[in-house]
Amino acid sequence: MSFLPFAIAAWLFLIGLYGIVSSQNLIRVILSLTVVQSATYVILLGVGYSRGGQAPIFADIPQVSKAVDPVVQVLVLTDVVIGATVTAMLLALAVQAHKRFGSLDPQELRALRD
Amino acid sequence: MTRRARLTMFGVGAAGLGVVLIYGLAGLPAFGDYEGVYGHVINGIGVSARHATDLVTALNFDFRAFDTLGEEFILFGSVLGVVLILRQLRGEQERPSLDEADQHAFAGASEALRVLALVLVPALLVLGVYIVVHGQITPGGGFQGGVILASGPLVLFLSGRYMRMRRLGPHTLVETGDAVGAAGFALIGLSGLIFAGAFFKNFLPFGIPGHLLSAGQIPLASVAVGLEVTGAFLVAWSEFLDQAILIRSRPPEAEQ
Repeated sequence: MSFLPFAIAAWLFLIGLYGIVSSQNLIRVILSLTVVQSATYVILLGVGYSRGGQAPIFADIPQVSKAVDPVVQVLVLTDVVIGATVTAMLLALAVQAHKRFGSLDPQELRALRD
Repeated sequence: MTRRARLTMFGVGAAGLGVVLIYGLAGLPAFGDYEGVYGHVINGIGVSARHATDLVTALNFDFRAFDTLGEEFILFGSVLGVVLILRQLRGEQERPSLDEADQHAFAGASEALRVLALVLVPALLVLGVYIVVHGQITPGGGFQGGVILASGPLVLFLSGRYMRMRRLGPHTLVETGDAVGAAGFALIGLSGLIFAGAFFKNFLPFGIPGHLLSAGQIPLASVAVGLEVTGAFLVAWSEFLDQAILIRSRPPEAEQ
């Protein structure tokens, strides 16, 4: 059971990659990329968990309580922000690609293929 | 390459990658057993060293503030990129009349939805401000609160009135908020350099842990980042909504 979080991360990564390769719509490709990225959230949080640890918020628990690793949680926050920005840029590119090629199918982007 | 060939190739590659991935992940300490040194140190000294009770925010805006500066400018830069990519191209025009554009409402918005939006907007704004300023005490901070704040005007769009959303968050205002927030966070770092001798070293009194004005520079940094995130998300969203609602290709006879 202790391997389950890491197995979920590997599964998210691979299923997201499958989505990127198989999608026939750029929006879906971008959404699949966010699935790939969510694998990193699961890995980071899984690494930082310590058995029986509480959230690293000491507002209402004693200062000596055992808590999970706050460093990886900050890394996940950074990760989420980067994910949002990358998604925004890619969606903007998809909007312009649709204007130019009249299609969101990656196969139809002729200028990139020829 | 045909779709079939591509999927076959991916299948072979993914199988190999999956094996390596599982092998590598199996080498990690078992779930719940990892004893991260830095995390232990922060959990041990965080509250007494920075007087903040939410150590995630303390890390974000104090211990790792320099990294957050980079993260913040990535957000700033990518929003700039979105604005650049979605600029008004040659042969496109924004519908000139506000009244005409106002008819481009989100179809299907009922009166009940509009009333609900009226209730939700102030509630979201209050919740956003609360999350931004309490980051040093309870879960929250500039990034989380900023996104909530930005969703306030977005609710106006969902209630069917895009132009109202633009009125609550006009382009100039949200762009200024984005820029002022980004600059403000960098200036907090510079103030540390000037008043405390090191970039992002705390230069404000720490106060009492658990109080609203505690933890030195953290609430200030949180407000700056909150402003930037609110601005950044509203700029990006309105660029996309402009594309969908306002920008039309110019009719051929209007050219030249």
